[in-house]
Amino acid sequence: MNLVLGQADQLIDWAWVERNMSQIIDRTWEHLTLTGVSVGIGLVLSIALTVVVLRWRWTYAAITGFTGLLYTIPSLALFALLVPFTGLSATTAIIALTSYTLLILIRNIVAGIDGVPAAVKEAADGMGYTPRARFWRMEVPLALPVIVAGIRIATVTTVGLVTVTAVIGLGGYGFFILRGLNTFFWTQLIVGVVLSVVLATILDLILIGLQRVLSPWARGKV
Amino acid sequence: MRIWDQFVEYLSDPATWTGPGSFWTRLYDHVWVSVTATIIGFLLVFPLALYLGHIRRGSQAATAVVNIGRAIPSFGILAIAFLIIVEVGIGGVRTPWSVLIALIALAAPPIFTNTIAGIQSVQPATIEAARGMGLTEREVLMDIELPMAMPLLMEGVRIAFVQVIATATLGALVAWGGLGRYIIDGFAVRDNGEILFGALAVGLLAIVAEAAFSKIQRAVTPKGLKVVR
Repeated sequence: MNLVLGQADQLIDWAWVERNMSQIIDRTWEHLTLTGVSVGIGLVLSIALTVVVLRWRWTYAAITGFTGLLYTIPSLALFALLVPFTGLSATTAIIALTSYTLLILIRNIVAGIDGVPAAVKEAADGMGYTPRARFWRMEVPLALPVIVAGIRIATVTTVGLVTVTAVIGLGGYGFFILRGLNTFFWTQLIVGVVLSVVLATILDLILIGLQRVLSPWARGKV
Repeated sequence: MRIWDQFVEYLSDPATWTGPGSFWTRLYDHVWVSVTATIIGFLLVFPLALYLGHIRRGSQAATAVVNIGRAIPSFGILAIAFLIIVEVGIGGVRTPWSVLIALIALAAPPIFTNTIAGIQSVQPATIEAARGMGLTEREVLMDIELPMAMPLLMEGVRIAFVQVIATATLGALVAWGGLGRYIIDGFAVRDNGEILFGALAVGLLAIVAEAAFSKIQRAVTPKGLKVVR
């Protein structure tokens, strides 16, 4: 029996980390790509669906109902549902990961646009803005903090979920978690978990920075 | 269609429904460990959250818990719990312990956060009024704050439970049973029928759990707080 705490020096085998640096870099790239593509496609779909919602309000309940259903399905089950059709592939991973971002993104985009004060809209109308100009130059910029907040949640959640795609042969850092698990090797497991948390944190900080650049008037509030 | 045939074949195989690896055994294991983990997670954090909410502290801690919890992959938590259990050596590899511990760790944060948020959502004026009417601190907490916090509190329990059900599926990766077995075993032997069976079983269980909790959530919401539809 090995005591966990008694072997802290062995918990991380730095020689392993050095030997496998190139693989760690490859998996970083894989993790980033899966996250970026999924959140990117999710964002495009969510914007399209929000346009539908803003025009035909009654669709909101149906759209959040459906995306909520997708969100409820456990990730492993969604991968499994897709594998017979799209195989053990990046397509499977991206379809599943994208579908998890939709509920979060649509809710936040709609809430952001809805949250624009009526007085601001009236002022824009009074200044002679056309409805289109008012939407793009008043409502969207004012909704940005809430929208970016949604993108942050979607991104951090997706970084975590990417690890599960290890079971379909991808995984990013999840590859190390699964390997560490199967070989009872702490170093690999910890490298996988820690790097995943670090990546989520870095992406979150970048998005916070982006939010500050895009909405300078809201600085100090967030 | 071949996939459909494989699925029907798996459904009609008697081994799917009887014996040690039957659907019912796995469903029972899955639900049992999820319910137990959620209850233990609740008991661990609820008293502290109740207290912090009442003295109007800890909302920053609650936010931090949410953010950190979101960044740590649940798969990673499960894997760490598994290796710890293996190192400590409680009754061999194939025990529910690692799954149970990981699921408790996942269930606790949403319950903690939502309990605090629920209690702090009660208007200070309402509490002042209750104190003005002569209610003791205990009565303020039990008769005013707790009932009014119920919708958010139960929302927290629901989020926790649905997440626990989802992560219990990954238990198959740490040699435990549960419904995830079908998916992992199906991947291993490339049996699309078994994979689909597992996916549908897990998906439906999560949806049923979510729907059941929405009902409970409405039932425990005090009359005056119910949204009229």
